[in-house]
Amino acid sequence: MMRLVFAAVLVTLGLAASANEGGPELLESHVNLDSKNNLQRGARTFVNYCVSCHSASFMRYSRVMEDLGLSKEAVEKNLMFTTDKIGNPMQVAMRPADGEAWFGVAPPDLSVVARARGADWLYSFLMSFYLDPKRPTGVNNLYFPETAMPAVLSALQGVQRKVEHQAEGEAHGGHHAGPALELAVPGSQTPEEYANTVRDLVSFMVYLGEPAKLVRYKVGFWVIAFLFVLFIACYLMNKEYWKDVH
Amino acid sequence: MSETAVDLDRRRFLTGTAAVIGGIGAATAAVPFIASFQPSAKAKAIGAPVEADISAIEPGQRVTYKWRGKPVWVMRRTPEQIDALKAGGPLRDPESIESEQPEFAKNAWRSSKPEYLVLVGICTHLGCSPSFRPVPDAETGADWKGGFYCPCHGSKFDLAGRVYAGVPAPLNMVVPPYKYLTDTRILIGEMEGSA
Amino acid sequence: MGFIVKQLTGLRDWVDDRFPLLSLWNDHMGQYYAPKNLNFWYYFGVLSMVVLVIQIVTGIWLVMNYKPDANLAFASVEYIMRDVDWGWLIRYMHSTGASFFFIVVYMHMFRGLMYGSYKQPRELIWILGMFIYLSLMAEAFFGYLLPWGQMSFWGAQVITSLFGAVPVVGEQLAELIRGDYVISDITLNRFFSFHVIALPFAIAGLVVLHIIALHEVGSNNPDGVEIKKLKGPNGKPLDGIPFHPYYTVHDSVAVVVFLMLFSAVVFFAPEMGGYFLEYNNFIPADPMKTPLHIAPVWYFTPFYSILRANTVNFFGIDGKLWGVIFMGLGTVIFFLLPWLDRSPVRSIRYRGPIYKLALTLFVVSFLILGWLGTLPPTEGRTLTAQIFTVVYFLFFILMPWYTKIDKTKPVPERVTR
Repeated sequence: MMRLVFAAVLVTLGLAASANEGGPELLESHVNLDSKNNLQRGARTFVNYCVSCHSASFMRYSRVMEDLGLSKEAVEKNLMFTTDKIGNPMQVAMRPADGEAWFGVAPPDLSVVARARGADWLYSFLMSFYLDPKRPTGVNNLYFPETAMPAVLSALQGVQRKVEHQAEGEAHGGHHAGPALELAVPGSQTPEEYANTVRDLVSFMVYLGEPAKLVRYKVGFWVIAFLFVLFIACYLMNKEYWKDVH
Repeated sequence: MSETAVDLDRRRFLTGTAAVIGGIGAATAAVPFIASFQPSAKAKAIGAPVEADISAIEPGQRVTYKWRGKPVWVMRRTPEQIDALKAGGPLRDPESIESEQPEFAKNAWRSSKPEYLVLVGICTHLGCSPSFRPVPDAETGADWKGGFYCPCHGSKFDLAGRVYAGVPAPLNMVVPPYKYLTDTRILIGEMEGSA
Repeated sequence: MGFIVKQLTGLRDWVDDRFPLLSLWNDHMGQYYAPKNLNFWYYFGVLSMVVLVIQIVTGIWLVMNYKPDANLAFASVEYIMRDVDWGWLIRYMHSTGASFFFIVVYMHMFRGLMYGSYKQPRELIWILGMFIYLSLMAEAFFGYLLPWGQMSFWGAQVITSLFGAVPVVGEQLAELIRGDYVISDITLNRFFSFHVIALPFAIAGLVVLHIIALHEVGSNNPDGVEIKKLKGPNGKPLDGIPFHPYYTVHDSVAVVVFLMLFSAVVFFAPEMGGYFLEYNNFIPADPMKTPLHIAPVWYFTPFYSILRANTVNFFGIDGKLWGVIFMGLGTVIFFLLPWLDRSPVRSIRYRGPIYKLALTLFVVSFLILGWLGTLPPTEGRTLTAQIFTVVYFLFFILMPWYTKIDKTKPVPERVTR
């Protein structure tokens, strides 16, 4: 019977493999939540470039301070607006109605965006702005066509141009290996530096989406280790009692 | 049921071991549930230290601020009132031995600068907020030198928040931690040398 | 030490004079004789009790910080996840517990199908169990609206709209359930009430009835042998052993293993690749914008597939209504199992090849329908779903016939090991 169930599961998984959805393949973000330095760098980028328009209203500065090992002075000086309090969440100065007027849509809150979209999507999105004169912002995005967001990081990345022949391959349903984009105007960072900047930024946003992620693996390890000890005790007890049963 | 002899000691030992480990596990599992009752980050943020500008307070006047959801009074005392505090009176704990206050406020006027009193405006009896009675009236009696009177159960405190003898309140009123940021601005909820 | 024991014994006797303490203990634990050959599949009963307790305890704690208000609900869940000390653990235990509840209940039901546990004289246990299952589905459905994310909102919108398929009164019925023209704050408040008060009471009560009924007739076993038929000189079943201590120690091992698996998910994969916590549910509910692809949580997907598979109008009734009818039948038909099964034996061990094949096909179709229900429909998938919907129902409809003609093996007198 077990074998049959197992076979059924295999058949089902086979169906899963064939169920591949369309769209360009995501780039791999390789986010890293273990390095406080990288998270701090990501936090700085986030505050400098994202918080002017996006809020992260579920996240308190004080939590960032504790979790990222920052001093109160560093947070107040580098991350916060001067009028803010350290216990406050990351609010945005812009009113949502203004955002709607300027961009067509109010910029969404970014607190849990990494959980909704995934780290790889965010990374791919931030890597893949390209020139498109048809758009009001002058740019378009491979992963979020017709996005209302301007290329906020173009001072760092530079300006990218779409390369046409690869785009045709995409239209025929083929997946391309990387973005079909090339650098038209270099930015202040080299492509490697920029990739690292975005990686740190996305790492921070993953942390932002779930601060508990920094501790839950560690707690989980000890919980399961403890349960293993309890398992041995219960197993021996059970074996002892069941000597009676023939 | 069994042909072989049962090793009862071994059985008891294994059962006990499993029960003890399981009990430790259950107790540990209870910790996060109890810890979740603590004030949340939101409660702590709302209860963060409060800045108070005391420059506009007239001598003899009291102003109320809110800190951790409780009234905190800042009162500017006149020289006569300060002198009256030094004289003392029928107080229960004039030296503030038993009551709660920062070390710097363990004196007759219970503050760092005699002129300014900072006090949690909650009666130490059952948590009502006493009213400010700078001058004598029917409830306080004729020889009243000014102070606070609790309407709930009639406890009396002097202008340093020290409790009178013979009233229900057991302790002097609480002085919160605070520090002077400048001569005219204080931070309620935080002291020098602590966060 | 001796003094304390004497005092405690005294207290016990004092209570026992006024309350049937010892007889309850003996009836259900100490002198309840269970077959000694219970195997792996018999753990899922006690495990569903464990999950029920986890859900009730974590649920009580979540309600302390959750706000059933359309403007506050989403933020209050994130408040639990961030601002409340250990709130994330309590929330993940609850969300993981929801999925584990269905895993253990499905395993428990499959056990019943394998060993014929629903057959005479255990029909009522099965029926009570089915009521638990239906209450659990309702509980899960109401609870899923509470985080007030996109999937919460649109899932509830779709399911309540199903009632709109009912002829004549459908639209009014859907509005009656929602209390509004769409899912709204009003709906959230009433679903909250159902989720935290009405259904937990119902489930707890049904569980008690389920166990009382079980202990009245005694547990089935993998051989399907009625152990009460052969009793020893002491009047106890020869193949039975007291539930306590033998099955309490046995179950303790299973519970610990279960908790290890449960913790592995809670701590290392609480989203479970988007199946336990759907990614789109991290976007706050937006009544103006449906997500591109909505699917119910995995435990509902087999029935969702059956719903979607009905695309044809026949007998003058349109496909939408047929979908609702078949989805309802797909769950309710389980109630009839005790009377559909005509086999003289209970356990699959002594049944013939036809039942084995039928049960396998049923499990496969349940899994495939479940899988298809998580995916957006295509022509091929809809056809596959239609085929397996037919297989699903044929398992029940043809049962009186194939269980009768199936060649069974002789059932032994005593249980085997």
